[in-house]
Amino acid sequence: MATETRPKTDIRPITEYANANLESRVPSGPIEQRWDKHRFDMKLVNPANKRKYTIIVVGTGLAGGSAAATLAELGYNVLAFCYQDSPRRAHSIAAQGGINAAKNYQNDGDSIFRLFYDTVKGGDFRSRESNVYRLAQVSVNIIDQCVAQGVPFAREYGGLLANRSFGGAQVSRTFYARGQTGQQLLLGAYQALERQIAAGKVKMFPRTEMLDLIVINGRARGIVTRNMVTGKVESHVADAVVLGTGGYGNVFYLSTNAKGCNATAIWRAYRRGAFFGNPCFTQIHPTCIPVSGDHQSKLTLMSESLRNDGRIWVPRTPGDPRPPSDIPENERDYYLEERYPSFGNLVPRDVASRAAKQVCDQGRGVGPGGLGVYLDFSDAIKRLGEKVIRERYGNLFDMYERITAENPYKVPMRIYPAIHYTMGGLWVDYNLMSTIPGLFVIGEANFSDHGANRLGASALMQGLADGYFILPYTIGDYLAQTRLDKVGTDHPVCREVEAEVTERIKRLLSIDGKRTVDSFHKELGKIMWDNCGMSRNAEGLTQALQRIPEIRAEFWENVRVLGENEDFNQSLEKAGRVADFMELAELMCIDALHRSESCGGHFREESQTPEGEALRDDEKFSYVAAWQFSGVGNKPILNKEPLEFEYVHPSQRSYK
Amino acid sequence: MDLTLRVWRQKSPRDRGRFITYKARDVSPDMSFLEMLDQVNEELILKGEDPIAFDHDCREGICGMCGLMINGVAHGPEQTTTCQLHMRSFKHVDTIVIEPWRSKAFPLIKDLVVDRSSFDRIIQAGGYISVSTGGVPDANAILVPKANADMAMDAAACIGCGACVAACPNGSAMLFTAAKLGHLNLLPQGQPERYDRTIHMVQQMDKEGFGGCTNIGECSAVCPKEISLDFIARMNSDLIKASFVTGNESTSSGDG
Repeated sequence: MATETRPKTDIRPITEYANANLESRVPSGPIEQRWDKHRFDMKLVNPANKRKYTIIVVGTGLAGGSAAATLAELGYNVLAFCYQDSPRRAHSIAAQGGINAAKNYQNDGDSIFRLFYDTVKGGDFRSRESNVYRLAQVSVNIIDQCVAQGVPFAREYGGLLANRSFGGAQVSRTFYARGQTGQQLLLGAYQALERQIAAGKVKMFPRTEMLDLIVINGRARGIVTRNMVTGKVESHVADAVVLGTGGYGNVFYLSTNAKGCNATAIWRAYRRGAFFGNPCFTQIHPTCIPVSGDHQSKLTLMSESLRNDGRIWVPRTPGDPRPPSDIPENERDYYLEERYPSFGNLVPRDVASRAAKQVCDQGRGVGPGGLGVYLDFSDAIKRLGEKVIRERYGNLFDMYERITAENPYKVPMRIYPAIHYTMGGLWVDYNLMSTIPGLFVIGEANFSDHGANRLGASALMQGLADGYFILPYTIGDYLAQTRLDKVGTDHPVCREVEAEVTERIKRLLSIDGKRTVDSFHKELGKIMWDNCGMSRNAEGLTQALQRIPEIRAEFWENVRVLGENEDFNQSLEKAGRVADFMELAELMCIDALHRSESCGGHFREESQTPEGEALRDDEKFSYVAAWQFSGVGNKPILNKEPLEFEYVHPSQRSYK
Repeated sequence: MDLTLRVWRQKSPRDRGRFITYKARDVSPDMSFLEMLDQVNEELILKGEDPIAFDHDCREGICGMCGLMINGVAHGPEQTTTCQLHMRSFKHVDTIVIEPWRSKAFPLIKDLVVDRSSFDRIIQAGGYISVSTGGVPDANAILVPKANADMAMDAAACIGCGACVAACPNGSAMLFTAAKLGHLNLLPQGQPERYDRTIHMVQQMDKEGFGGCTNIGECSAVCPKEISLDFIARMNSDLIKASFVTGNESTSSGDG
């Protein structure tokens, strides 16, 4: 792209990086002892020396918020950043269902090994065993920690914690706080963070967006930010940088992410040399409220617990114009129950989503645009009574009615899949460090624990595991082993990166074209949804790879961003994020095209069983694809981290 | 439907603000209120006019970032967040007046965007339980009576949007503060710091310039999470007890 800005400092020789050969740094020995052994082997920072270190944490969701609070409690000085007006608003807050932990409080046979096993299998054998085992181990500490903080989890009458089974799990290991588990866990982390702000150990920068990473002598030493109120662009330096900036689902424009969720922090780090792991692994949630028109700005998820009692169906005849109540039983296709008799409506997220797409592609979808399927509670209401259904799902039914103006007690809900989570993210080793020394990545922003598909109630678990219990140890090991020169914000690299950021902002403001940022974002989103969404094929991906650079070129010539930098300028914020999405989208398609197998959320039409299920190719693809930036428009370099399975042996998932 | 909007525009805290009238055409009843504003903004950008600044993020009623005075009511005619308000609540040719939250403790940033960092500072004053990561007992070693856990959850549901303050004729933050106190003070984990927490949070609330409570109840009536006024009563009760337990005279003027 001749028209795109190419910062001078973008591409650095690979030899600068300590971990260019993708060493996972997984400890050896029996899996259940690896984390303990590693904790003992790690070097410690003397308590009196911790206060000499400063750590930058970007993002204040479950991962970033818990990490910032815990690092400050340990004695480090923390600079924390979020784009929202308060750290309490990070999008972790929207998680509804719950958080898994291998407590076995229900005496139903759960264990750390079982949670580990389920997570590796659920991830369709594309995650790192040692990381997942550690996640299952620390899951129990998370619940203890959150209860001590005062998180109001659901309780039994005797005062003990309540659990439920979630997302088809065969044990009840999910802890929950009504339908607002994410909110309550986030408020716990936020309150711990505010306590450290009050103690002067954390300096908080709300309404501040990270726009680039500062790498000095091959190590991450700081970030360049823009103050979203005043427009001031400035550098912050530290001894290490932690990104907990969430996923990149908003590449699709419509997703269940918050409007502000963006990939700029991880994308800028990628451009500076951090490898991007499995970018095509995205998760589509089957039970979202369908799109109501072109005005749609985001999608709302309905907890998948609804599938416990709702029956999913579409008319047998394509284009059936009758209202659902007029369609007799024998003309309804309960397609999940027919196809998957043992799991029925409770098949995993990826399977349920694809099946919905298939029936809609056959012209049997319902509602406006034919992009919806019925989720029908009439049998459950007949069987259990409206009162019981109201007790179980009342708040969800109310939310549905508020959005659609339809009463789900009387007419079936309409649902359709939507982009919900991204398993891919920046590649990290066992210490959660990226390929840039000193740059750590936690929570949804990294690629680590969920493989090709995430299980329900596991995102909250991973975010808090990384932030409370893993990063605070591993970052100490890095600091204790590393000699870092003092750098100030007057360092020439800071100046250089600031200048690049400022130049890019100026450029966006000076184009003064004819199209709004949103119109580009919508166009990009549609291409991604059609070609890199629920099912993918070589032809569609190739077309997308042709189209994306064209839109990107048009964006840099024809976007209209009004106003100035030195102002509260929401169009400018969006423009920078969409510009990065345009580059990330291309990488996602490249990754999806190269991985010609199907696994988890990545369904390649060319690779399916005779029954139409995802078919893995372990011989060719049992690796993490870690992509390395080589300039915008250039083909990124593929690095592979082979995956080995010593404890859970790869098998074909079957839900028949 | 077609609507007339009268929107508060103010470039910065230093500028004088004023109402500007806009036409919103072809508004679908299925749009959310914020999607209607998105549509107006797209047209403004194409006309070369500065789009209307407003805060929003999750657009599913939980992050607490959005909040507008709509025809004089915080979050508008339905008791929900602005993002969950849909245009079917309005009629063709309606005129809608849109203003930012107005409170001394929420200084204006631009147009409909205000600074609510005073809420964060109230939490900093004591809205937490002082436990550091690690070294805590097993989760089931702490028993919480179900009724208390449920009531604590009712209070903890607060999303910190600030509608309570905006709706209150006194600009009081009693409901917000009482909700956090109600959550923590009802739980066994919250007992050791209960009275200090109450005093410090109430003092901070006063220091931020929020007004006092005169039991009008507008706050609870607009609260998207339907936080009950009862929590204010609990807070006042703890505040009185606190002056005996801690020996500190409360300096609050905020108790009602």
